[in-house]
Amino acid sequence: MEPYKKHESIAALMNRSNVDTDQIIPKQFLKKVERSGFGAHLFHDWRFNDDGSDNPEFELNKPTFKGAKILVVGDNFGCGSSREHAPWAIADYGFNTIISTSYADIFYNNCFKNGILPIKVSSQQLESLMAEINANEGVRFVVDLENQQVITPGGNGFTFDIDPFRKGNLLSGLDDIGLTLKHVDKISAYEERHKKAFPWLWAQ
Amino acid sequence: MNLTMYEKIWDSHLVVEAEGQAPLIYVDRHLMHEVTSPQAFEGLRMTNRKVRNPHSILATMDHCVPTKDRHLPIADPIARKQVEVMAENCKDNGLNLYDLKNPNNGVIHVVVPEHGFVHPGMVVVCGDSHTATHGAFGALAFGIGTSEVEHVMATQCLPQKKSKTMLVKINGTLPKFSTAKDIALAIIGKIGTAGGTGYVIEYAGEAIKDLTMEGRMTLCNMAIEAGARAGLIAPDEKTYAYLQGKEFAPQGAAWGQAMAYWQSLPSDEGAQFDAVVELAAADIAPQVSWGTSPEQVIGVNGVVPSPESFDNEGKRKACESALAYMGLTPNTKITDIPIDFVFIGSCTNGRIEDFRVAAEVAKGTKVAAGITAIAVPGSYQVKHQAEQEGLDKIFIEAGWQWRDPGCSMCLAMNGDELSKGQRCASTSNRNFEGRQGKGGRTHLVSPAMAAAAAAAGHFVDIRNFG
Repeated sequence: MEPYKKHESIAALMNRSNVDTDQIIPKQFLKKVERSGFGAHLFHDWRFNDDGSDNPEFELNKPTFKGAKILVVGDNFGCGSSREHAPWAIADYGFNTIISTSYADIFYNNCFKNGILPIKVSSQQLESLMAEINANEGVRFVVDLENQQVITPGGNGFTFDIDPFRKGNLLSGLDDIGLTLKHVDKISAYEERHKKAFPWLWAQ
Repeated sequence: MNLTMYEKIWDSHLVVEAEGQAPLIYVDRHLMHEVTSPQAFEGLRMTNRKVRNPHSILATMDHCVPTKDRHLPIADPIARKQVEVMAENCKDNGLNLYDLKNPNNGVIHVVVPEHGFVHPGMVVVCGDSHTATHGAFGALAFGIGTSEVEHVMATQCLPQKKSKTMLVKINGTLPKFSTAKDIALAIIGKIGTAGGTGYVIEYAGEAIKDLTMEGRMTLCNMAIEAGARAGLIAPDEKTYAYLQGKEFAPQGAAWGQAMAYWQSLPSDEGAQFDAVVELAAADIAPQVSWGTSPEQVIGVNGVVPSPESFDNEGKRKACESALAYMGLTPNTKITDIPIDFVFIGSCTNGRIEDFRVAAEVAKGTKVAAGITAIAVPGSYQVKHQAEQEGLDKIFIEAGWQWRDPGCSMCLAMNGDELSKGQRCASTSNRNFEGRQGKGGRTHLVSPAMAAAAAAAGHFVDIRNFG
């Protein structure tokens, strides 16, 4: 995983709540056995017309949002299925930061495994960020994970909370599995205790 | 200390709590299907890591498999490849796989309980959000992403943040014709699809105790639609009776030992929950969803709401866009909504009991003109049991299609899908835009309500049917 670096980027706005993972990546694209290439299908049913052409009405098709790395969205983003294809598609499309008031649980976890920073803000903060983007489409925000800060030219910047463990992993780009395997002795010791306490779970 | 069931399971599965890191939780059972696992196996190969405990895994093929003409090769080449890759991955790693030719094949969350693979007090994961189903057994069961599937295969552990606890109490007895599905939808209607975010829900109360194991699975299955990490129901005599004698259930002397442990699991008297929600069972009418989120749901005797009836801007907007997508007008009676398609099946309502109830309603009726109705058993075991009881004949005589098992139209990955604008009465769990086919319109209901709608051609109040 690429380490997450401080960056300045266009912030794209999707003023929609309860965006589910079926919309982020519709199921017809879940049959691939690789991790790559899902960005081409991100928000497929909203993004493209029936004939495959771009739907000009869809927010992310606006020229002002081209190249955005930051996605500002409404409440409860990523609800529904556990498919990690959703964050794969988001990252592959080019986003590395999402700003919303809330996320569905599994989606939130999946983001961190894929170098995506999901930032939580209050409803008021979200409204002022949305107003700033609406007033000045193509506006660029600075995201500084190290200092847990977002800076905007319109003065709607803020600091945000994030779990220090997850922050560390994003900054270092560290492999989660490697980190767990550092505790392999403790895992083995747990398994020995577990076998004694619950022998029926280990019967084969 | 008075502990909740969740806290007891958490404590007994805590492997290490290292400074500055998320606690590591041990995983007892890992369930697998073909859609969310291939990239995890690829990851293991790339890092030269092995599956730590192959016996903890049970795998099936369900999401992209056809539900008819199974003797033919899968027509969709990408789906065929996914199924082949699954078979190779399971073979290479020595995993127990119920493939398409196996008599145990079916939807993962239907198959696993049939074999007693999940017991009370376990930690269970699967790359599938409906893993919450197994909370019906008093197991902490939750969906994970593919990176986590890889993580669990390699380490048998997961870094986890401890959840908050929510008690959802359903007081009193459920009225006749209201089911576990209606409880699930009524709860989501009350707390919303984000109401349970950050929580593990424990369901309790008289109406929950009264549910069969299958009903409990239906209810816990939809904990995820309420936003919760997992749903839990305390194990009791029904749980033990369901498990006893099943292939992977404890045998012989181990049974008594396991029982003693299971009986220690229910939340202690006076245990504190972070949130409590109560509903009166008597108020739960048969539910029908009208929108594009499971929280957009109402009793069958109600009307399609108008955007103005919502007290906040977000919900008003969501209602407007849902009505536009669903092609519905405010104040239309739910029972006046005509349908084109009926689907009974899925990990929510694809068990034998669901087909018994639906067959009872369908018996002697005919599917209304112009309607396609499909019954898709959750597994071959369900299918064969239903056939032994003659349920297949009831459906077929009533004009239904009787299919082979799979996820089918719950997520429409396998070619079973709605066309644009078609409206479906569905026993599945999600009514998202496009879930059952691009432009398709889904109404979530119980199996009895679906069967009644098939006969009438529109929704009907099952309480006045027949």
